[in-house]
Amino acid sequence: MRAIVSVIGNDRVGIIADVCCLLASMNINILDINQTVMKNFFTMTMLVDTALCAEPYEAVHDALNRKGEEMGLSIRIQREDIFHAMHRI
Amino acid sequence: MFNHSDILQTIDMIDHQHLDVRTITMGISLRDCAHNDIDRCARRIYDKVCRLAEHLVETGCAIETEYGIPIVHKRISVTPISLVGESCSAADYTPLAQALDRAAQECGVNFIGGFSALVHKGMTVGDERLIRSIPNALAATELVCSSVNVASTRAGINMDAVALMGRIIKKTAEMTADAGGLGCAKLVVFANAVEDNPFMAGAFHGVGEPECVINVGVSGPGVVHHALQSVQGQPFDVVAETIKKTAFRITRMGQLVAQEASRRLGVPFGVVDLSLAPTPAKGDSVARVLEAMGLEVCGTHGTTAALALLNDAVKKGGLMASGHVGGLSGAFIPVSEDEGMIAAARTGVLCLDKLEAMTCVCSVGLDMIAVPGDTTAETLSAIIADEAAIGMVNNKTTAVRIIPVPGKTVGDCVEFGGLLGSAPVMPLHRESAAGFIARGGRIPAPLQSLRN
Repeated sequence: MRAIVSVIGNDRVGIIADVCCLLASMNINILDINQTVMKNFFTMTMLVDTALCAEPYEAVHDALNRKGEEMGLSIRIQREDIFHAMHRI
Repeated sequence: MFNHSDILQTIDMIDHQHLDVRTITMGISLRDCAHNDIDRCARRIYDKVCRLAEHLVETGCAIETEYGIPIVHKRISVTPISLVGESCSAADYTPLAQALDRAAQECGVNFIGGFSALVHKGMTVGDERLIRSIPNALAATELVCSSVNVASTRAGINMDAVALMGRIIKKTAEMTADAGGLGCAKLVVFANAVEDNPFMAGAFHGVGEPECVINVGVSGPGVVHHALQSVQGQPFDVVAETIKKTAFRITRMGQLVAQEASRRLGVPFGVVDLSLAPTPAKGDSVARVLEAMGLEVCGTHGTTAALALLNDAVKKGGLMASGHVGGLSGAFIPVSEDEGMIAAARTGVLCLDKLEAMTCVCSVGLDMIAVPGDTTAETLSAIIADEAAIGMVNNKTTAVRIIPVPGKTVGDCVEFGGLLGSAPVMPLHRESAAGFIARGGRIPAPLQSLRN
């Protein structure tokens, strides 16, 4: 399943590294990354593939949420279809 | 890859603009549950609802988690109980309402609609029994919603039913007086009721519907409000286009959720209801959308025109985004459930007469309006008759959900809590319509009914 991981919050060193490590530990493959920092506000969206991930979706969702809380950021995972539906015809 | 800003825009809509799917409603036919013994009938109703809706809530929650989109309500609508109960020899259908209530609790949904009767042309024995059971049924249950259709463009207005409903609303308020007349918040009197409405309190599963169906109601006044901030001062053509584009996005999301729910539950997809349904939360108000078009307070002159544009643009934008559009589809204006409406009613700018005018151009009618507890049944009936006339002549659904709050008068406020919100008690005309209501009979169907 393809999904979008989004990370939003105050910028600091190592955000991408931490999130990527977590995804790698769950065997989630990153297909694309887009990231910007505006006025110290960090936003990143990643297209990921969870096909090889053995964890159930809910566990991935919770792990990312927990990581977000730990890092003081908002981290979430959403199936890509929702963005496709809303922004593509 | 998706556009980075599109993704962030969606997330911002969810986090800060109250974007959500308002309800996934499972429609269930209970036509095979009839039995002459009311306890057997109640048992059949309970068993069937629990069997078909067993996985509704967990499926809704799973979709919510996977897509990251809040699905506020999971609900059930059923065949009008007057049809199911008609074979029972009992005169009081409260046990059937209690069976629905128990089934709703068991399934974990927050409302079940369909304690209903369709009497626009006349009442059968079962219809009348159901209507007379409403006060007791709503007092004895927590999650059951009731509706009665008293008029249609094709049949005219059943004024006997209109007169009866005034009395039923009064009695319902009295029997739930300790909760501010809460029973009336779960009772809708319709003209031109639709068979596939997923929204409460007026949802029921019509006779033309399949065995079981999934209907979805979208929402999003906050998103429309936010979008209008970017077109301040621009002509209405631009306003309409902006609303259409926003409604399109919201509806596409609703369509996706509806299809996914339908697939996972193995139940056919019915319709997406394109409605802007407000909540009492700040930033989720239809009134504030109207004000964003340049009105100082919702209810002032210009409000009806603003609402007409909004209602039309929501439908036009949503129409192409969904395979099947239905239900009520338009903008809702429930006073107690809309932060901006509550504020406008408190200041006295938004009055009942203006609300009535607004119902000519929006999707429903006089909704969640608190009036003084000493309002007579005849006055309530006359309000219903006016609304029904608007619906009948304009070929549209209209409804009255009005609460004569026991012991309260103009200037007081009643708290219903949760999404039902709080309502300032609004003034009514004091002059009597008793002679008008006492006539009974039927107001004939208008010329518009002859469309063949």
